[in-house]
Amino acid sequence: MAKIAYRDAVRDAMAEEMTRDSRVFLIGEEVAQYNGAYKCSKGLLDKFGPDRIIDSPISEAGFAGLCIGAAMYGLRPIAEFMTFSFSFVAFDQIVNNAAQIRYMSGGQIKIPMVFRGNSGGGHQIGATHSHAPENIYATFPGLKVVVPAFAADAKGLLKSAIRDDNPVLVIENEALYGRESEVPEGEYLTPIGKANILQDGVDLTIVTHGRSCWTVLEANQELLKMGIRAEIIDLRSIKPLDWPTVFASVRKTHRLVCVDETKPFCGVSSQVAAEVSRACFDHLDAPVLRVTSVEAPMPFSSALEDECIPNVARIIEAVKEVVA
Amino acid sequence: MATKKKPLPTGAGVLASTHPLPDYGAAPAQSREERIEWYRLMYLTRKFEERSYQSYQTGLIGGFCHLYNGQEAVAAGTFAAVTDADPVITAYRDHAHGLMRGIQPGPAFAELYGRATGVVKGKGGSMHYFNVEKQMWGGHGIVGGQTALGLGLAFATKYLGEKKVCFCYMGDGAVNQGTFHESLNLAQLMQIPVIYVIENNMYSMGTAVERHSAPVELYKRALGYDMLGVRAEAQDFDIVRQVSWTLAERARKENMPAILELMTYRYRGHSMSDPQLYRSKDEVEEYRKHDPIEILREKILAEGIINEKDLDSLEEKVRKEVVAAHDWALASPFPAQSEIYTDIYA
Repeated sequence: MAKIAYRDAVRDAMAEEMTRDSRVFLIGEEVAQYNGAYKCSKGLLDKFGPDRIIDSPISEAGFAGLCIGAAMYGLRPIAEFMTFSFSFVAFDQIVNNAAQIRYMSGGQIKIPMVFRGNSGGGHQIGATHSHAPENIYATFPGLKVVVPAFAADAKGLLKSAIRDDNPVLVIENEALYGRESEVPEGEYLTPIGKANILQDGVDLTIVTHGRSCWTVLEANQELLKMGIRAEIIDLRSIKPLDWPTVFASVRKTHRLVCVDETKPFCGVSSQVAAEVSRACFDHLDAPVLRVTSVEAPMPFSSALEDECIPNVARIIEAVKEVVA
Repeated sequence: MATKKKPLPTGAGVLASTHPLPDYGAAPAQSREERIEWYRLMYLTRKFEERSYQSYQTGLIGGFCHLYNGQEAVAAGTFAAVTDADPVITAYRDHAHGLMRGIQPGPAFAELYGRATGVVKGKGGSMHYFNVEKQMWGGHGIVGGQTALGLGLAFATKYLGEKKVCFCYMGDGAVNQGTFHESLNLAQLMQIPVIYVIENNMYSMGTAVERHSAPVELYKRALGYDMLGVRAEAQDFDIVRQVSWTLAERARKENMPAILELMTYRYRGHSMSDPQLYRSKDEVEEYRKHDPIEILREKILAEGIINEKDLDSLEEKVRKEVVAAHDWALASPFPAQSEIYTDIYA
């Protein structure tokens, strides 16, 4: 398997699906002539032309709504948010229209579209630009939410999202765009709703997703040296979430640490902890611990910011407490 | 009280525009059957909503119920300028748009009553009528939210090379929402064939237009986007149809959007719970003298395409249909509990 950068995997997914289906188009800020603020659409304007690779003015509500209307009519739009932090400008369109029109129309309408873009903190861009919103969007029935951590899934999940008949949010991460990882040759899809076990283990289960997968794998080097063999699960998909894989692992290891970049209050880890405590109550040998972002807006200074998102030290500390 | 006196219709038709109106000639003549059918649909809408008014007062309808009484020529005149293949989308005052795009009175009542036989299975209610088969794309509850969706519907027709036009309806209060302004800019910039029809009934809920909009001439909002804006009277079906035809032809042929501000009036409150303390009974009565249904009735009688006796009997038939539809809806079952979890994902 060849190693490619995450951003190139995103681009390849869009290019393959646009070649396959003329109803697919991309719109967003700087996606065409600029080649994408994070270069995820590099070369696509040349390949597909301005009718299908469309630069939007800075109007998130406008172009998100445009995509929803076009999807209602049968097109398969991809709306790129330069960052998902800006998706809040389009919040009404996403949660009232994309998520609910199918239901409110009694099933008359499908909304086959993708919202995708960068998310997360760690880049000293301040509190307004550093949101990890997957838990927020996952609370709305009607939406699907996926968070690829590796190039293979960035491509495979995005291709699945484009082909899905529902609105799917594909939440990427700035820190990952330049990272290279292995991608299968040829045509493939990563199924939405299926977690991936990154490492088999027996001592505890670590449930994580997105950028935190990389942090967990880094911490894992230390854990292995300490003789702790964790089963590491990359959720990949937040909504729907692959509960059978999570529960089976916890029933095997009897211990769970959740690691993710959403906030601690009503975050993804909160949901995992709640469901596991119900479904695996008799199997747990220790309280479920969570390593998340902290209960504060994201500060600018790197000395502070590094402490605000899950890091290796906090993960190891939690694991040691759970296996003690 | 103490809002400014409202302008009454003068018969002038188009009142003003930001740019000269293009000349696409007169809208094609309507057949006798077409004119009678549009009259029937307007009359049906009126009778349907009068019955809805009673049902609301007797507690049969929960939640909101926004009536279109007095505004019927807006939906009818604009719809009659295009075909059922052209998409339309509106806000929550949507009974007329639904009934005039193929929703039958039975399922329409059943939706108001929350029944399984409702047009959207009891999942949307009064504000969320949809009939996709006839390109009626809702029925939307958030003020201004539908303006971006209408843009998208029109974008899709252009993308597919269909030469269609989308009428996107909104109340006068919606002109102050940001999404509307983003949509106007995108429409003009990208040359998308959408016509924003502002149904100016002169009240944003209970706030008169001069108290909610800095420019009271709402068509002038188009100027900020170098877009064509037109203001016209809207109590006369034929006036509405002609100006809508001109803008629709322009949209089809030139892919150009426009704002069409139609001056109208609603006889009832904003929603059923509105005591209307913000206007006088005299104002409402003055407007009732310019009733769109009466105006079209007199016209088709004067044209001799139907006589009084036949028109009376057509109206009698509609009234009976409304009663029967109401009875049928009331006799319909409520949705099964299992319906809570259907239609969430495709």
